[in-house]
Amino acid sequence: MSRGRLSPPVGEGDHAQGPADAPVTLVEYGDFECPHCGRAHPILKRVQRRLGDRLRLVFRHFPLGEIHPHAVHAAEAAEAAGAEGKFWEMHDVIFEHQAALDDRSLVRHAESLGVDGARVARALETSEFEERVRADFMSGVRSGVNGTPTFFISGQRFDGAWGEEELVAALEEEARAHR
Amino acid sequence: MRRGEHASRVLAAGTRAPDFTLRATPDQSVSLADLRGQRVILAFYPADWSPVCGDQMALYNEILPEFHRHGAELLGISVDGVWCHTAFAQNRKLRFPLLSDFEPKGGVARLYGAYRDQDGTAERALFVVDEEGVIRWSYCSPVGINPGADGILEALEALPLEAGASADRAAAASSTPAAAPPPNEQSAGGAP
Repeated sequence: MSRGRLSPPVGEGDHAQGPADAPVTLVEYGDFECPHCGRAHPILKRVQRRLGDRLRLVFRHFPLGEIHPHAVHAAEAAEAAGAEGKFWEMHDVIFEHQAALDDRSLVRHAESLGVDGARVARALETSEFEERVRADFMSGVRSGVNGTPTFFISGQRFDGAWGEEELVAALEEEARAHR
Repeated sequence: MRRGEHASRVLAAGTRAPDFTLRATPDQSVSLADLRGQRVILAFYPADWSPVCGDQMALYNEILPEFHRHGAELLGISVDGVWCHTAFAQNRKLRFPLLSDFEPKGGVARLYGAYRDQDGTAERALFVVDEEGVIRWSYCSPVGINPGADGILEALEALPLEAGASADRAAAASSTPAAAPPPNEQSAGGAP
């Protein structure tokens, strides 16, 4: 039994930035209320700039709802914004405002991006995206996610430190192998 | 390799799970024998309070409904004392028992081949015990690496499901974490 293989692999339903045929794909399982994920956010921005078109970045939800009371709704709000084509914008705004993740703030964040706030509020009330978020979570469980953030490089869990230099080194190596 | 070295040391699948009685709270104990008739996941781990979100126990807490769906009860075990466990469980809002392998220190971890003499703590070792008290799967992770839950779920899925038993057990498990339902008659006679 091999531990830590991404399942299912990255597909159409995923939120991805960067070319689909990039030589290396980095998947983050993240929780919008997790301070470590918040710390990883600017690091990933810099990593994306350094790798450029050689990197595809994918975000999957792994909200730890028992310890982070706003994490599930934050994920659902990002999906609601995603339904209007603004997933990554919402993803960024949420990570940049981790201290304000109650429902009202989530709606306000969405509105700041030009997303219909009433639509997001309704999605949260009706749990419209609950299953989508849960599916991400369960895929993480099955893939060996062991905390947040957990990263996968080309489908294999990355157990190393995730500082900017460590990530760039690991991604560069993988990109070279698949050039 | 470290992983293989560890894996060969912890009790292997097919071994009868050594019985034990450990404190879960200052005035409550849990015995493995009391859980006979039910699947049990034993999760040994080095220490409470590891400084990450979604540490191993918090992660399992999130996945608890999945374990229950497979008719399995989860027990966390470390050498920490009951008061430490109580504070940790409250802080992480854990809904399953943490057992204190405190006196003699690591005694149960040793029985399972899951004690780290050099550190004085338990390994990150996982055991899936079946209804008859037999270990059906075990895994020892490098101590710095949280093994996640995928292996546990795969092991539970590989066990034969007894018709109708799973839902009842899940209900029993979620209402009274430490109480055991009576042994299922269907499983009697199947003991190795």
